[in-house]
Amino acid sequence: MSQPAVLDKSGIERVARLAALSLAPHEIEQLASELEAIVRHVEELNSVDTSDVPPTYNVQLKPSPLRADVVEQSLPVDKVLAEAPRHAHGGFAVPAFVEG
Amino acid sequence: MKMSVVEIAEKVRKGSLRAVDVANETLKQIEAQNSSIHAFLHVDAKGLLEQAAAVDAKRDRGEALGPLAGVPVALKDALCAKGMPATSGSKILEGYVPLYDATVVAKLRAADALLPGKTNMDEFAMGSSGENSAYGPIKNPWDTARTPGGSSSGSAASVAGRMTYAALGTDTGGSIRQPASLSGIVGVKPTYGRVSRYGAIAFASSLDQIGPFASDVRGAARILRTISGHDPHDATSLNAPVENFEAACEKSPRGLRIGVPEEYFAAGLSKEVRASVEKAIARLESDGCTIKKVHLPHTKYAVATYYVIATAEASSNLARYDGVRYGLRVEPNRDLKAMYGATRDAGFGAEVKRRILLGTFVLSAGYYDAYYLKAQKVRTLIRRDFDNAFNEVDAICSPTAPTTAFRIGEKSDDPLAMYLSDIYTLPASLAGICGISVPCGMGAGNLPIGLQIIAPALREETMFTLAAACETHCPPVSPSGS
Repeated sequence: MSQPAVLDKSGIERVARLAALSLAPHEIEQLASELEAIVRHVEELNSVDTSDVPPTYNVQLKPSPLRADVVEQSLPVDKVLAEAPRHAHGGFAVPAFVEG
Repeated sequence: MKMSVVEIAEKVRKGSLRAVDVANETLKQIEAQNSSIHAFLHVDAKGLLEQAAAVDAKRDRGEALGPLAGVPVALKDALCAKGMPATSGSKILEGYVPLYDATVVAKLRAADALLPGKTNMDEFAMGSSGENSAYGPIKNPWDTARTPGGSSSGSAASVAGRMTYAALGTDTGGSIRQPASLSGIVGVKPTYGRVSRYGAIAFASSLDQIGPFASDVRGAARILRTISGHDPHDATSLNAPVENFEAACEKSPRGLRIGVPEEYFAAGLSKEVRASVEKAIARLESDGCTIKKVHLPHTKYAVATYYVIATAEASSNLARYDGVRYGLRVEPNRDLKAMYGATRDAGFGAEVKRRILLGTFVLSAGYYDAYYLKAQKVRTLIRRDFDNAFNEVDAICSPTAPTTAFRIGEKSDDPLAMYLSDIYTLPASLAGICGISVPCGMGAGNLPIGLQIIAPALREETMFTLAAACETHCPPVSPSGS
């Protein structure tokens, strides 16, 4: 691997921030030890020579066809909003995130 | 509950069996067993009886009935059915009721199937035992101290216990085949793209496929034919002809070339599973198949490859659970980012968090090439292994799982040990080809053993021919002996 894996406590905190997960301190400790073992196992891939091997991003047999651009009925707005934890003024309500 | 899927449908179509009687028997079995097995998270008794009455009325009017007339098919809770809750085994989706049917559900309805309810599962299909369900574990009807396998645990257990006649599951790395093996039933992972995933709650999009469980091979074949086919709502669904898989079950296996990969019979395989699978392969040889050793040399890298790719894709797919549009929201203060973090921390269980973190890590700047790109390249090698083998053979036979059903709690403290139990099912998932698990014998403690038959992409017919041949030597059995 080009860089050593850093999944210690601070590494987990960094990745948790990227993943928008607010972890409790006891979860971070537990995850650090479990993920270290898993990453060590994953690093066995290092022993495989892949210098001339292209990646397989997907296993689709044929390229995806484009479907006709036909307007279809959308879900009714009131029913969709009824699923939301909070809604207001015909939209999803969230805490303010723009100053002013 | 001694009938098969095909027998029920044919009797209901002929009028010698009423769909309402099938529905009532299903409800009776669920009532009797679900408190101990915990296979169903939601039972839609009213809907089931209404659907059954509608099927009977349709017949009474002289209208033609569909191929699954009156057949109850339970749905893994990762599949959306209009008006029924869908949690995917997670607290983050508690209370979510989809406004639409998954394409597979719409196809089941159109085929006059009955929908008894939603089955329990490992949270977001992440697990091999059902122990990761946020709603409590699922028990194996053969031995309730043991897991039915996972992640489609409730679907497998409900069919194994004959609470329903069939079920749908999803298979990302073995989540249909492994529980089918541990529960003593038939489970199919179709070719990637065979079945539309519109309305399936995504885990890892380059791997996920929906497939059927049934007590027998023909039942699974009929259901697969019903749910297969191109769907404009899923860009990955293939526009390929859907063959008559049931007719393939009637064909003789004579002349088919079967590959036996020695990498699948290595350390970690239990003696009784090995003996039972070797016996099943010998029976296919006596049916006229040719048996040949093949090599799949990159098998040992499948677990590592899978856990990089699947977690990377999961970290992206599960980013949508933010507490804004549906499901759980935790709002500790008036801050948006805090809401995201707190909602996801409260809503996801330990295994899901582990995988989101691993997936985020392997995709993060500085690590992408070393982990994610590397795994995608090894995936190519795993796929080439199969291409090379299929130059010489028509199908590959192996164990589905290294052991029979393990005890609940046995592996739950060691995620890596749990991951390694999927070693025989992961490679075919990574290659996008099709596989089936069919019962081939019983191990100690009266626990079922499954034979995995893997075939090239879109060669489900070969797989069904061999599975049906295996079944003639090892007919379906249930824990109650029926």
